[in-house]
Amino acid sequence: MTTTPTTSPVRPRGTTVLPSYDDDAPPARPRPSLGRPSADERFVRWGAWASALGLAWLVTQRLLPLPGPAWFLITWFVLGLVVTAVLSALTVSMVEVRDRVAAAVVTGGALVVGAALVSTLSFIVLRGWRPLLHGNFFVDDMAGVGPKDPFDMGGIAHAAVGSMIEIGIALVIVLPLGIGTAIFMTEVGGRFAGLVRTIVEAMTALPSVVAGLFVYTTVIVVAGWPRSGLAAALALAVMMLPIVARAADVVLRVVPGNLREAGLSLGASRWRTVWHVVLPTARPGLATAVILGVARGVGETSPVLLTSGAAAFMVVGPTDGVMNSLPLYIYTTVRSGEPQAITRAFAAATVLLALVLLLFVLARVVARPKRARRTRTTRPRAMKETTS
Amino acid sequence: MTSLPLVDPSAPEAQPRRISRRATGADAVFVNVSRAVGASVLVITGGVGLFLGWQAFPTLQRYGWRFFTESDWLPEADVLGIAAVLLGTLQIAVVAMVIAFPLALLTALYISEYAPASLRSTLVSLVDLMAAIPSIVYGLWGFFLVMPHAAAFATFLQRHLGWIPVLDVKDTDPDAAIWDASRYTASAFCAGIAVSMMVLPMACAVMRQVFSQTPPGEKEAALALGATRWGMIRTVVLPFGRGGIIGGTMLALGRALGETIAVLLIISPAFDLKVRPLEIGTNSVSALIAGRFGDASASQLSALLAAGFVLFVITLAVNTLAAMVVNRSRSGAGAEA
Repeated sequence: MTTTPTTSPVRPRGTTVLPSYDDDAPPARPRPSLGRPSADERFVRWGAWASALGLAWLVTQRLLPLPGPAWFLITWFVLGLVVTAVLSALTVSMVEVRDRVAAAVVTGGALVVGAALVSTLSFIVLRGWRPLLHGNFFVDDMAGVGPKDPFDMGGIAHAAVGSMIEIGIALVIVLPLGIGTAIFMTEVGGRFAGLVRTIVEAMTALPSVVAGLFVYTTVIVVAGWPRSGLAAALALAVMMLPIVARAADVVLRVVPGNLREAGLSLGASRWRTVWHVVLPTARPGLATAVILGVARGVGETSPVLLTSGAAAFMVVGPTDGVMNSLPLYIYTTVRSGEPQAITRAFAAATVLLALVLLLFVLARVVARPKRARRTRTTRPRAMKETTS
Repeated sequence: MTSLPLVDPSAPEAQPRRISRRATGADAVFVNVSRAVGASVLVITGGVGLFLGWQAFPTLQRYGWRFFTESDWLPEADVLGIAAVLLGTLQIAVVAMVIAFPLALLTALYISEYAPASLRSTLVSLVDLMAAIPSIVYGLWGFFLVMPHAAAFATFLQRHLGWIPVLDVKDTDPDAAIWDASRYTASAFCAGIAVSMMVLPMACAVMRQVFSQTPPGEKEAALALGATRWGMIRTVVLPFGRGGIIGGTMLALGRALGETIAVLLIISPAFDLKVRPLEIGTNSVSALIAGRFGDASASQLSALLAAGFVLFVITLAVNTLAAMVVNRSRSGAGAEA
């Protein structure tokens, strides 16, 4: 079989042209693929970091005066990038070199953030686990307990109870108002709803300390109430209301419009459509919005700092004067400067973290679309509706 | 067989049904109740803003522009101004953004483009969890764990880059035999590190969400044309997500400006006009409010409210700008953070 010379400008129609092969050409280099890296590539990738590890040891421990693990890690990362670039440049094109370096930088950045998160959580727990071993830490208050007293005296029950009371009152205010506003903005609409949405979105920018100062001025200075759990709850409510309303608004807006139209076309009134179609559809999202709002409110210190005052003893009545809460307890205890007290503060921070984590996991579980649960909860209601 | 409808000639002429858009019965109650709820929320939230402005008015009238140019806060001597605290607020926020922006961008890129698909939802939850961690926890972390290292790093910066005025620290010698660590702690730099951890997840969440909305067709087109993964990111994902990057960063900036408790825990208050973030002593508007509200008289309270109002106006402007940028970008539905 002969190959047709490809240079010939005119070919009769219907002839098949076979490609010509140049025997002197260098062997074809395989294109870098986006799939799984080959063994060769893997070796270059991991070998670069291994050699950078050795180089980093050499540079920081033997050549330059850069003590400490931080410098070692930084040097390792920088050298790793350099070695990756050099090794890749030996085998692949510049485009691929840039790709590999970029991948390393992006992964490195994500690792730094992950390390920061892990260091935050583990640091708090490592410094604060000791008082948690004593049962009285969870059931006692700090009445009559000095900052230097041992851990088998005193506890944070008053702060935890105070936090619960304050966030509970705030929730009683925020839940109907926030979700009601969201329903008004999405389901009723109109020009006035647009105004409300603008204002609510603007007020999400309100710094929490300013919310606290607002309640401090109006409730405590002008109205003359004492500092109390109720004032703190009001401050938290002022802070949380725009956040929850806006998050609920976002959730309600993504409810598909054809569900509403289906409800209305079947003759349901607007109110019934909202109650039986829109709200059940959006329930997981609404729960998430509320729980995340609570998680934000329970950890917020500055509104409480301005309005509640820190009591060292158990206060249950929201209007019975000064009341403590977990973040405020942490802040005031750390400020005392006594090592023993600081350890207590870290223990309280561990409890607060666990609380926030619990709320967060709860929000995730609620938000997860679970088909079995949804049919179980909505079907009886729908059947009751049709039979009644 | 087709049966025609019977026509009764004696029947009265058919009247078109009257269609009313007015809600009746339960609907009227629903509409009016929800309108009342909306109005009350408008009154509450709008009332806060109006109240702040109204309370700030006497102070602004009394001190005029001096309120913005005076750096000292001496209520006894009738000298009040927020120049120093505003500058400190900006410095802390800028330091926080310098740290948070690249990390947030890289993390968002990693989660949306590089992470294995099975890990992705876990990583998204972790970022959300980071956003939910109370600021006092980051304050403790910044004060007890990071501050010594930050001071050492600040010394290093001054030793090698001290000729840049921003990185200088006055009245101290980094090469001295006995290292004076206290000059480098409690600075805007240290506070900025703690604040950066607070705002990073916020910026990251917005960026990641916008990145994840990149049309897959365009990404696949870039890959099909032979682009590497980084080439695809550079030419498709980043241009598409530009609005989200800017908007998320500004939302984070708005949060960084208003952060209180971590800043209050870390800084040592000072009322100097200086642009040396590595040096001890700074202040921010929110820390000023939290530190001074307790012993404030009526006029001082008005001054604090004025300071809070200025802070609120700044964060409001930043957030509004951010929302506009995110909404105008091609990605459309953006940030809910």
